Amino acid sequence: MTSRILPILVFALVMATIPFVPGVPPFWIVLLDNIGLAALVAMGLVLLTGVGGLTSFGQAAFCGFGAYTTAYLTTAYGMSPWLTLPMSLIVSGLAAVLLGIITMRLSGHYLPLGTIAWGISLFYLFSKLEFLGRNDGISGIPPLSIGNWKMLDPGSIYFPIWIAVIICALLSMNLLDSRTGRAIRALRRGHIAAEAFGVQTARAKLLVFIYAAVLAGLSGWLYAHFQRAANPTPFGPHLGIEYLFIAVVGGAGYVWGGVLGAAVVVILKEVLQSYLPLIFGGGGGQLETIVFGILLVTLLQLAPTGMWPWLTAWLPSGDSRKRPAPADALPARNDHRPDTGVLLQVDKARKQFGGVVAVNDVSFNVQAREIVALIGPNGAGKSTTFNLITGVLAATAGKVAVLGKSVSGAPPQEIVKLGIARTFQHVKLVPDMTVLENVALGAHLRGRSGAIASMLRLDRADEAKLLAEAAKQIERVGLGDQMNQLAGSLSLGQQRIVEIARALCVDPMLLLLDEPAAGLRHMEKQQLASLLRQLRDGGMSVLLVEHDMGFVMNLANRIVVLDFGTKIAEGTPADIKTNPDVIKAYLGAVA
Amino acid sequence: MNTTILLFLLQDGITNGAIYALLGLALVLVFAVTRIILIPQGEFITFGALTYASLSAGQMPGTIKLAVAMGVVAFAFDLFTFRKALDARRVLRSIAVNIVFPLAIWGVMWALGGRPGNIALNIALSLLIVAAIGLYLYRIAFQPIAHTSVLVLLIASVGCHLALQGFGLVFFGAEGQRGPAISSDAITIGALRFTGQSIAVYGITIALIVGLWLFFGYTLYGKALRATAVNRLGARLVGIRTSLSGQIAFLLASVIGAISGILIVPITTLYYDTGFLIGLKGFIAAIIGGLVSYPLTAAAAILVGCVEAFSSFYASNYKEVIVFTLILPVLVLRSLAAPAVEEEKD
Repeated sequence: MTSRILPILVFALVMATIPFVPGVPPFWIVLLDNIGLAALVAMGLVLLTGVGGLTSFGQAAFCGFGAYTTAYLTTAYGMSPWLTLPMSLIVSGLAAVLLGIITMRLSGHYLPLGTIAWGISLFYLFSKLEFLGRNDGISGIPPLSIGNWKMLDPGSIYFPIWIAVIICALLSMNLLDSRTGRAIRALRRGHIAAEAFGVQTARAKLLVFIYAAVLAGLSGWLYAHFQRAANPTPFGPHLGIEYLFIAVVGGAGYVWGGVLGAAVVVILKEVLQSYLPLIFGGGGGQLETIVFGILLVTLLQLAPTGMWPWLTAWLPSGDSRKRPAPADALPARNDHRPDTGVLLQVDKARKQFGGVVAVNDVSFNVQAREIVALIGPNGAGKSTTFNLITGVLAATAGKVAVLGKSVSGAPPQEIVKLGIARTFQHVKLVPDMTVLENVALGAHLRGRSGAIASMLRLDRADEAKLLAEAAKQIERVGLGDQMNQLAGSLSLGQQRIVEIARALCVDPMLLLLDEPAAGLRHMEKQQLASLLRQLRDGGMSVLLVEHDMGFVMNLANRIVVLDFGTKIAEGTPADIKTNPDVIKAYLGAVA
Repeated sequence: MNTTILLFLLQDGITNGAIYALLGLALVLVFAVTRIILIPQGEFITFGALTYASLSAGQMPGTIKLAVAMGVVAFAFDLFTFRKALDARRVLRSIAVNIVFPLAIWGVMWALGGRPGNIALNIALSLLIVAAIGLYLYRIAFQPIAHTSVLVLLIASVGCHLALQGFGLVFFGAEGQRGPAISSDAITIGALRFTGQSIAVYGITIALIVGLWLFFGYTLYGKALRATAVNRLGARLVGIRTSLSGQIAFLLASVIGAISGILIVPITTLYYDTGFLIGLKGFIAAIIGGLVSYPLTAAAAILVGCVEAFSSFYASNYKEVIVFTLILPVLVLRSLAAPAVEEEKD
């Protein structure tokens, strides 16, 4: 706890003393004000872009919402700036809801381009609207004041700006280090894995978008009272672009990268502005943009991940966190898992991709306390069947029922709630999260703390339970020593095991494993087999896809064989070994 | 509204739309091959247009110096890359592309000695200069980071835009310029007067679209570019040099940008920073086209041009707001039509 807070405390103290150090030029304070304002916006972008993988060029427009809201309300209605603060934040947040509903659904490169478009559109809107003063904007905005103290000069508004920066940095770090934070961090790697553990990805995206917009709105509100005027220029597309590269230069994946980036960019621009004309003897503004652009490209070539990780690499690395403290056990999911009977019934499931029938009227079931293996040559439709069961794909026809209730058409988030957890053929972990954090994502549905609680650290009891559960499952699968390593640093075989631990965190009644033994050594396969037997004896059922016949034959109670999407056999391992159709499918027709 | 105004607006919209179509095509091309969202496209437009205007006015444009300087840097980058295996042929080729080529253009301009050459020569020189700048830009700024994420490429792209725009101000000043029309003839059909310039715009746009279609459909280089676009690693494995694909894409994009600039500079006054906004409208078309489809992009560009023409007539204050908001309903439709597909991201 202290190791987390201490550096921030030191930073806050240093920042608090700077204005009182004799001899600090007032101009430096102005620069620091500007850095703080930019850092707020960049911090939002760190969460949105660096962590969540959603690029936005439009953040300057949200500053505009914040600034114009307070400018208009304080000048036209004489409201107190402190009253307009929540209004500014709400207006930016509402604007984010509207724009987010439209643009956050876009994936890949549409998103940044979409944000450029509405960023520009809003800029022109600000500069054309009569009640916002068109291009001249609104001036005569009252200063912030506490009692009789009016914050008129850069030295006094310095305090609200930097208090805001430090508080927001703390809130952001708290948010990232929580249940909601893990969901946000999982977004960048695509939706399927996050959704398989119950994360509402659309909502998570919208949430982080609103958060970034509110931070930008706060920056805009401070800006309006700092400049005591608002005009469209600082809210245009160029600034939107600048905020984004502040985040990238600083290190888009790190909260403090936003602050560092703001410092680097603001100071660099200032230095270029004041010294370039001296070096080149006049010339003025254009040299500054040229050198700035070239430096930016150079910097990206040298450090594509930004300066923060490059800088912290020089610091002694703190001790990696130990095993999470033991906590109360998470309550089991309250479902009535039967000791006997059918858990999963797949009835004439069919999936067509255009003219290709990937799964052709396949029927089978999985009973309680049973390990069923789904085998077949490559391209037999095994993984597609998994995707039909877990709701990733919608079946063209047929029915999937869990405990007798049809779940056809249900999204993955609903399926996992029924106690069906899965792993993936192509590992879907977040490589830059630790094993512990990855596995804790599996327990997402078993925690309940929301974003606000996480920011305010009201989630600790809940969080401790989630992490303890994750640690328990990691130790259960035998990866206790790797708990605090980054998931990306593990071998592929180990990553598959991490996926199993993540699935176990769901507290499932049925475990779906897609080629769990691929990439494992002989000993590891035996350990996995004994783990799965142990799980079955504990009351869990397993449905697995696997190519290693030795592994399957020794483990499964029943085997279902698919070939070209059609079920060709079903039975005990002994039956399947001698089934002529199966032999034909695997080895070809006997000549 | 009467029919004459309607026709006028349509004509205006289609002329502008044709330019946006060209830019949209170039953006699609570059993005598909290199994953770079080409913000400096706007600078290619202004550089092409203002180089042409300067040459026509008998001035030596600063862009040629930039081309020579960037060529030298690109050569240095090449040498650095080759340092492990200095092979005479590759070095000579690099010298030819990076040093001799821009110097030769400069030589021709020197020989002209400041006399305004004829229009065809000026156009050719402008295109060559901008082509060189585009080629070297890829070599210097993007080739070393070609493997990084779309976001990093995008930011680098912004950096290039800023630097080139700054150079534009140095070379051409803050004053706007106009260039001579390619043809001063005009024909009148009914109430509409078609200037030679607008006919040239239509003709060249159609020719370029057909040309690109032929290039991508029927030539080996075109197919190599498409292969790179689909899968960089796969393309490398079958022997396509992906860095060459990137260079070709930038070469084509810069030439297309310069052509667009040369086509509009007789119609409207261009400033050193006008290109950015024009380029962005090409973007809108490219996004509506989904960044993949050439015909859709061309159609969308015409739509953007017409919306712009009509809104500048009816609500000129909100012209830009309307044009840039146009994209939102399209994006909504797109996201409703095609739910987000899982992509393996790196």
